[in-house]
Amino acid sequence: MKTRKERFTEWLLAGISTLSILSMAGIVLFLLLDGLPFFKFYPLTDFLFGVNWYPTDDPMEFGILPLIVGSLTVMTLATVIAVPLGVATAIYLSEVAKPGMRRIVKPFVELLAALPSVVIGFFGMVVVAPFLQDYLGASTGLNLLNAGLMLAFMSVPIICSVAEDAIYSVPRELREASLSLGATKWETLIHVVLPAASSGIGTAVMLGMSRSIGETMVVLMVAGGAAVIPTSLFDSVRPIPASIAAEMAEAPFHSEHYYALFATGIVLIIFTLIFNATAFRIAEKRNSGIGC
Amino acid sequence: MKIKSIVLSAVLALCAASPAAAAESVTINGSTTVLPIIQKASEHFMASYPDISIVLSGGGSGTGLKSLLDGITDVAMSSRDVKSSETKLAADKKMELTRTVIAVDALVPIVNPKNPVKDLSIDQLRDIFSGKITNWKEVGGTDNTIVVVNRDNSSGTYECWKELVMKDAKVMPKALTQASNGGVAQNVATNPNAIGYIGMGYLNDNVKGLTIGGIQATSETALAKKWPLSRELYLFTNGKPAGNTAKFMDFMLDPQLGQQDVLKAGYIPLAK
Repeated sequence: MKTRKERFTEWLLAGISTLSILSMAGIVLFLLLDGLPFFKFYPLTDFLFGVNWYPTDDPMEFGILPLIVGSLTVMTLATVIAVPLGVATAIYLSEVAKPGMRRIVKPFVELLAALPSVVIGFFGMVVVAPFLQDYLGASTGLNLLNAGLMLAFMSVPIICSVAEDAIYSVPRELREASLSLGATKWETLIHVVLPAASSGIGTAVMLGMSRSIGETMVVLMVAGGAAVIPTSLFDSVRPIPASIAAEMAEAPFHSEHYYALFATGIVLIIFTLIFNATAFRIAEKRNSGIGC
Repeated sequence: MKIKSIVLSAVLALCAASPAAAAESVTINGSTTVLPIIQKASEHFMASYPDISIVLSGGGSGTGLKSLLDGITDVAMSSRDVKSSETKLAADKKMELTRTVIAVDALVPIVNPKNPVKDLSIDQLRDIFSGKITNWKEVGGTDNTIVVVNRDNSSGTYECWKELVMKDAKVMPKALTQASNGGVAQNVATNPNAIGYIGMGYLNDNVKGLTIGGIQATSETALAKKWPLSRELYLFTNGKPAGNTAKFMDFMLDPQLGQQDVLKAGYIPLAK
């Protein structure tokens, strides 16, 4: 028998969670409403596979392949850098560090997550970019490598904390069984703990990727903004969010350019949805997996 | 007095046959290049004339002129002159597009102060931006790859550069993109091989403005139309401005009032 108060609270909480679903649905709806009209006058294949992005020239060209490739390469680079760092930090924190050390290191990792992206972008612009120009001979420091490094900075804390949870939640019995069979601590870690936590680590990686493909400020500031398919680490790229952020403010309302930017937004949201859904699937598998 | 002016403006509004001007408002629409000037000036104007409100929106020069011809705006902001098609449309509608120059916009190509290159021609600038010239030694500089810094596609500055420098050529996709004048200046200031362009109001000591064919970019050369990268910015009205619109136009052209806002927005005020 529920009291009135309990029922009221239930309804209130249900209402609040519906609100977040509704706002998500509303955002997607408006994105579709403003993005889909674009395909009435521009073919989808030319949009997705065109290599020239000249939205305000005559004739207008809206090929976003360089933007998609830019987004994916920056994300891949960031992931390649961030995953070993994030997972290694997670292993250190959960398996190796003494409690005192853990109390010092963990807040710092979390603090990294709290750094505003504009600060990281600024760091990339005034510290990393001149370094790449002066010491590594890059023609411009605002490039793929710089953006990848800065995005890796941003995804390390996410990967680390999710992976740490996963490693931490591997049951004690598994480790103890392994150790009692004569395995060393290192062998236990490599052959027992990490495989058992692998789906959790997979989720961490996916969330990190989703974070870096959607990040806007950092890539706007340090990726350089050249709409070309990169051929080296020192080439500038223009990831999708940077393009939208740079051009949206002055694109005339309901012009072709305006619709094209919304259509680009749809492509971006499809990417993030894929990564988040994959992360979700991996997490589900983990819950039904070995006794975790 | 106040009643009289309300009646007067109502009558004028009827005469002008523009329903948007009814009561005490002036509608302004058009170029996003001119927008920052009018934004500043209209705030300033409304502070002096609290009974007149200015309804301001952007959308591009073409949109502004079209709304003026459709009678849904009183004033059109434009960064270009009217096209023959627009003049013809106005004649068909028995309207007369009246042009008022309110400011001059000048772009300056900039390089890093360490770069020995001081002067380039318009053709050289076009070849650099379109990717035909890729090394500074081809234009008398050091043996280094040129890093081209462009503005985002939707900015009025890019539009102006395209019109005055690029003509039919396209800026190469490899060019870096910055979303603001400040961003371009910062980028050029930190890269010895970079070249970019900014509004004259944004020049600072960290970058070097190039001369074009020996002419230096100054307010004087821009106003005398000697500087090749300058253009006039206009407000268009239907016939001679009257009523509140006239008040606003007078305000805009006053060297102590509207022209100060032109300066604040980073453009060149008209000669006194």
